[in-house]
This record gives sequence, structure tokens and C-alpha cells, in this order.
Amino acid sequence: MKAAPSTIYNRWLHRFAWFLAASTLLLIAAGGMVTSTDSGLSVPDWPNTYGHFMFSFPLKNMVGGIFYEHGHRMIASTVGFLTIILAVWLWKVDARRWMRRLGFVALAAVIVQGVLGGITVLYFLPAPVSVAHAGLAEIFFCLTVAIAVFTSPGWLEPARPPANDAMLRRLTAFITGLVFVQILLGAAMRHTGAGLAIPDFPLAFGRLVPHVWNQGVALHYAHRVGALLVTLAILAVAGHVFYHHRGRRELTRPATLLLVLVASQVTLGAFVVLTGRQEIINTAHVANGALVLVTSLTLALNAHRARFGNSTRLNIPGSVGLSTGDIQPGRITA
Amino acid sequence: MRSYLILPALLLAAAVSACGGNDDAPVPVQQTGTKRVDPATAGSIAGRVTFQGTAPAPATLKIDADPACTANGNTLVDESLVVDGSGGLKNAFVYVKDGLADYAFDTPTEPVVLDQKGCKYEPHVFGVRVGQPVEILNSDATLHNVHAMPQRNGEFNQGMPLQGMKLKETFTAPEVGVPFKCDVHGWMASYAGIVAHPYFAVTDATGAFSLPNLPPGTYTLEVWHEKLGTRTQQITIGPKQSADAVFTFAGSS
Repeated sequence: MKAAPSTIYNRWLHRFAWFLAASTLLLIAAGGMVTSTDSGLSVPDWPNTYGHFMFSFPLKNMVGGIFYEHGHRMIASTVGFLTIILAVWLWKVDARRWMRRLGFVALAAVIVQGVLGGITVLYFLPAPVSVAHAGLAEIFFCLTVAIAVFTSPGWLEPARPPANDAMLRRLTAFITGLVFVQILLGAAMRHTGAGLAIPDFPLAFGRLVPHVWNQGVALHYAHRVGALLVTLAILAVAGHVFYHHRGRRELTRPATLLLVLVASQVTLGAFVVLTGRQEIINTAHVANGALVLVTSLTLALNAHRARFGNSTRLNIPGSVGLSTGDIQPGRITA
Repeated sequence: MRSYLILPALLLAAAVSACGGNDDAPVPVQQTGTKRVDPATAGSIAGRVTFQGTAPAPATLKIDADPACTANGNTLVDESLVVDGSGGLKNAFVYVKDGLADYAFDTPTEPVVLDQKGCKYEPHVFGVRVGQPVEILNSDATLHNVHAMPQRNGEFNQGMPLQGMKLKETFTAPEVGVPFKCDVHGWMASYAGIVAHPYFAVTDATGAFSLPNLPPGTYTLEVWHEKLGTRTQQITIGPKQSADAVFTFAGSS
């Protein structure tokens, strides 16, 4: 019997959404390695690789920069394929129209992302295109994590009415936007070669404010100031959560994780400078930054949960025709 | 939420769009004249480029990212600053920057060869005339991409996956210090000096150079080095006269 769309918690759909999100984090890290090793143009053609169809390129030729660039392309293609599956899956089984659309928004984003990656290779890494590629990567990562959150049991069947805190909604939306802008600044710094424009840390040319200014120094310094603002904003949000919502794990868990991640991020950022952009540390800084963003987003979504109303409420178990493997008794919203 | 993102986004876009190339790259004067060099009156300039101070010993490059590069025990050293025992600076590009605008020169059709051999470019620094072909070879049993990054000529990035593969490129405008790199093997670098006349040279292992068959006149002579930048001096030579020129780069002591 064909399954009717529903909003029943679907364990495998939810796990698949997390798998796609994890694959996207791997893809972002692989992209970070491409820029950290300056390998972006080691494969001059696109979508082919040295004239080969991507998946027929001989593995023995994955040497030097090709390992990173071609590896990034293969992971990206796999993520694209997984996104097609997720979009179709959502379309088939999820009763929420906006969720079905969200799956295809993610698919459109990953397609545009692939094209941006191709354009930046064919036009020798123009900074605006490369920064757009980096920015869209973060947006796509946010979409995959949002889909994972929206398909989670905690979202579909909250144990109690969600928090309705206007201040928290504003704060979490603000930090999510702020982190995204900070990541764009970091991407602009990376793609314009300004990663070491200020060579010392924590001071800048031995001072709190640089005495030498050019475009690279300005971008780099803006990223450092941004880091300070993000850290302060996250401290404020975490303080708000622990003071007003101590018993709500859907809020305290991401808030705690945010504190850990932002501390790691500042440390990694310092070591990027102090090690002269060591490749692994540089890439860890990129990947960890993406985690800060999606954790902020998760906190923001949970803070906005009440705004989504009862639209996710579900049907009676068994009445939707899903297989028993898809239905978790006792986990259905009523 | 949208409004407070607009300003930073605009600032970011403005900063990124302001990214430009290196406008400090040396630009030889374009040839516009019609006079021909008279061999009966031509002189020459010879000289040396030196490095004053203690040059670091050339570092051994880490080239194990590709097994083909380390085959047969191949090792490479950094060629970006090569100084001999008497201070002679190798791989500096010396050329007449100004003083030949009245002259016309035929463009050679014989290509300048840039080889990728043992996972390094040979030569490390070379001169080529505007319009003269550069023949790029891949003598290695591995893949290379050759990526030229000029500021005033067209950038190109070509894959050369097969041993024995050749391609030809030409440049249309004078420009000195054009980097060539292989993004597969990040240590590979070469630099081209593109000039519109035949008066250029690359210093040898002792830092020596010579510019023969130069017509009488007053010239701006420039030396360019990939790490040390440029030095310029004016030199006048009379008919059949030979002149000396010495350039010195000061390093850390």
C-alpha cells in the first residue's frame, strides 16, 4: 500500500537528514583543505577532470593538489546525489508543504553551489565568486541541519509546550546572522590572501589597533573584531538561556555546545595566525566555524518553535499507512 | 533581522569587489618607433647583480605529495634566492626598461622553451619577447597544470596530463615578473620577463649578465628579482662603447 504523506516522526528520514548534514560538514572541510593547500586550480577543467568524466578519473592520478580538488568535487557530487534522495523522500512522505519545498530549496542550493564551484575554477578563482561559493556552502549546510531538526522527534513531538520568549527569539536570530556575516568576512579574508595580513596575535602589529592599513589588514582586523562580537553575543545568549530556561534541554544543549565551539574557534583562529596558516588548523577553523553557525541556527529554530504552531501535529499512528519500521510508537505528536 | 545584515553585506561586497591585481608589477616601455639598430655603432652593457648580507642556505623542498616527483631519488631545493660565495645573485632578470622607444625590432618566431622536468620548471626565470611563442613541455611521467598569472596579459591555466605533451602560448604586452605555477605541485614556480626588444638577460650563478649589440643612447636599466624586488639605474653608452653596471640588493646581515 502506498504511504500517504504525514508528519509522523520517520526515524530513517531523520537519520538520513543527519547523514546528509554530516556529509556536508565533510564537504566544507574538504573545501577548506582545497583553499588551505592552494589547490583550487590544480584541476583546470570543469566539470571534467583532465578530460575524464569525474568518476572515471584514475585514482592513481590523485596526486598533489589534485587529491584535494578532485576529492572535493567527488564529495560534492555525492552530497548532491544525497540531496536529490532527501528532496524526493521529503516530497513523498512529509505532509508539511513547506518542508517538501525546503527539500527542493536545498537541492537548488546544492546545484547552484556546484555551478559556482565550476565558475570559480574556470575564471581562476575570482574572489567575489569564491566568497559566494563559501557563503552558499554555509547556507546549504544550514538547510540540511534545519531539515534534520524539522524531522527530529524533539521537533515533531515536543514533550511540553515550547518556550515563548521574544527576547530569546531576537537574540538567537541576531547571533545566527552575526556568525554568518563573520564567516563571510573570514571567507573574504581567505580568498583575498589576507589570512596573515596581521602577522601577530592577540595584538595587531604589536598594538590593539593596527597602525598600518590596507585592504588586507582591514579585512583581517574586521574578522578579529567580528570574533570578539560573536563571542560576546554568544555569551549573552547562553547566559539568557541558562538564566531563563535552565530546564529546557532543547535550548541548554545547543547553548552549551555553542560555548564550547566558540572557545575552540577563537583558539583555532589564534593558531591559524601563530602557525602561519598551517593547513590542518586552517581547515579545522573553517569546519568549526560552520559548526558554530549551525548550532546557532539550531538554537534559533528551537527558540522559534512556538512560532511554528501545531502545523507539525500528526495523524494517528497506523492511519497513515507507513510501515511499522517508520513509526515509533509513543513518539507521535497528538 | 534583514536590515542589520544589509550594511555588513554591502561593506563586504565593496571590500571584495575592490580586490585588484598587483599594480606595482614592473612595466617596460612599449616600443613605438621605426629606427633600426646599426650594428656598426652598437655597444654593450655588462655587469653583475649582487646580494649584500647573509643569504639563507637554500631549503630542501618537500615534494613527496607525488611519488613521481621523488622517483629515482629526485630532490629539489628552493630556487627563490640563490647566492654564490661572492654574493652573486642568480636568476635576476635584467632588462632595458626605457630608452629604446624609437626603435623597431623583429619578433622572433623561434619559441622559448619552458620545461616541466623532475617536478620543477626549467628555466626558473626566463625572458621572452612580446609575440614570441613560449613552448611549454611536460617531460614528467605525471600530471602538471601550467598556470600563468600575468597582470597585463591574459591569464591561463592548462592541464598537461601526459608525458611529452606540449603547448604554445604568446603574450601581447610587455610585463616583467609574470609568475607561472603548478597548482598540483605547489612548490613549482617560474617567472617570465616579457619585453618588446631583445635587450634582456637572466643572471647566471655568479650574478653576471650582458646586453650586447645595444645602440648608443641613455637607458634606464632595471633588475627584477622574485623575492628582492627591483633596482633601477641610468646608463649612457656611446658608439661601440662598453659599459659596466652593478646592482646590489641589501639583505639582512
